[in-house]
Amino acid sequence: MTDISLSDHAVAGKTAPPADARSMRLPTQWLGVAPFFIFAIMFLILPTLYLMLGAFRNDAGEFTFENIVALAQPSIVAAYWISIKVSLASSLIGAFAGLAIAIAIVRGGLPEWIRSATLTFSGVASNFAGVPLAFAFLATLGRLGLATVLLNVLVGFNIYAHGFNILSFWGLTLTYVYFQIPLMVVIIVPAIDGLKKEWGEAAATLGATQAQFWRMVVIPVIWPSFLGTVILLFANAFGAIATAYALTGSSLNIVPILLYAQIRGDVLHNAHLGYAIAFGMIVITGLANVFYIWFRTRSERWLK
Amino acid sequence: MKSGRFWAWIVFALGAAYFFIPLIATVEFSMRMRRGAYSFDAYQVVLGDPRFQATFIYSVVAAIFTIVLGVLVVVPAAYWIRLRLPQLRPVVEFITLLPLVIPAIVIVFGYIRMYGSNSPLPFLASETGANALLVIGYATLALPYMYRAVDTGLRTIDVRTLTEAAQILGAGWGTIITRVILPNVLIAVLSGAFLTFAIVIGEFTMASLLNRPAFGPYLQNVGANRAYEPAALAIIAFAITWGCMSLIQILSRFAPRSANRPN
Repeated sequence: MTDISLSDHAVAGKTAPPADARSMRLPTQWLGVAPFFIFAIMFLILPTLYLMLGAFRNDAGEFTFENIVALAQPSIVAAYWISIKVSLASSLIGAFAGLAIAIAIVRGGLPEWIRSATLTFSGVASNFAGVPLAFAFLATLGRLGLATVLLNVLVGFNIYAHGFNILSFWGLTLTYVYFQIPLMVVIIVPAIDGLKKEWGEAAATLGATQAQFWRMVVIPVIWPSFLGTVILLFANAFGAIATAYALTGSSLNIVPILLYAQIRGDVLHNAHLGYAIAFGMIVITGLANVFYIWFRTRSERWLK
Repeated sequence: MKSGRFWAWIVFALGAAYFFIPLIATVEFSMRMRRGAYSFDAYQVVLGDPRFQATFIYSVVAAIFTIVLGVLVVVPAAYWIRLRLPQLRPVVEFITLLPLVIPAIVIVFGYIRMYGSNSPLPFLASETGANALLVIGYATLALPYMYRAVDTGLRTIDVRTLTEAAQILGAGWGTIITRVILPNVLIAVLSGAFLTFAIVIGEFTMASLLNRPAFGPYLQNVGANRAYEPAALAIIAFAITWGCMSLIQILSRFAPRSANRPN
């Protein structure tokens, strides 16, 4: 079923929508979405399934739970644990800071240009991840970074003497927050925009105070979007590798870096254990996804 | 309301500080290469590096192919779902969210195992195949952004009415898509394209694991071996992303006013 070549996609993509839906309803109906589904199945779903099945096989191809059980070794558990901690911390900090900024620019009565400038900047910064971001934070909070040096010279506070290290849990978290906050802003601003002016007026007409309006209207409406986005940020941080790799090399042993080393050089000396690590990552982010979808469908009811 | 505005300014100022200090620090660091004076030496070294030029061009070309592939995959699907198959929406939305959830490193791991030299579909057996696989991988990474951008664009217009109106006036499907729908969602497609470009240009994981001579692995290599050049590269990378965003904003002023904010 995988013998559909690339050119077929392209052709199908061009001819599908014009196919007349009036004459033959069912088969042509599907042509419009065929390129999308073929693409998704071949290059998203099947490769992932392949790894997931591989996690339950041994070298002889027999079904086994050995690989999953082998995940329990201390070094791998430690890698998962630090990954989860970094992802959780960076997504929560990013989410609350992002929400505060979003509310400030949408409802805070700031000039219009601040709103558009912030949104533009957020679009850029949310994609300013990966290797260059690591460079930027090394230049800021590394041992010779500007912020490190200035804090030491101006305030006499040496952050490295007080236990901070850019190559540590908090260093990585602080770096991740740089793309987490803008991502939150980009996603949550439409949700806050979705709060109709009429709701505020209606609440005021019914005699609600500003605080009541926020507690009983705004927060319940934004809540699902907010939680959903927190989960998205978590998954976003959990799978990120480039920033951490460029920042810490392999000194901070998070799961994606472990998997990277495994793909490159089979450092675990067991190909199927690599599949199991990938499977574990999918399980964690997959659970997150289930919640995300659930919250999303709940929030979309209000944002039509 | 007065105090609300005060807090809004405080929050905004704190956010601005967090976001601008690293940028300022990086600029400052990148200019420290010459002892005792600020200079653009690091930028000169970087821009003059033939590997910089080669890998950068490689990634730009990869990005362009990714955008084309993304548009071909997403636009027909998003349009058709709005028009005729709304019941597929949850499925398609679920699929487009998957790349946010399945980490890139897992996707590319799957590619390496599934499309290796010995597989029935040996993408990785040839240079061209590996390049194609990288573009495909990038298109999956960009899928959530491209789909959301296009779908949001379609949401702001009344796809059904526009399509029916065009049909009444005698337009065929080709005309409808190219002259009615596409101009209306052009900004959306462009913003999706921009996001794709921004994601692809410095992408490290896939390019590195597929052994492609792209910009991301080059960045990582410089970072591991040099002191000041990485800061210069970070600023260049940021400037590229920023430049694209500005370009999109300028373009959007000339496009039909369809991407208005809903309120």
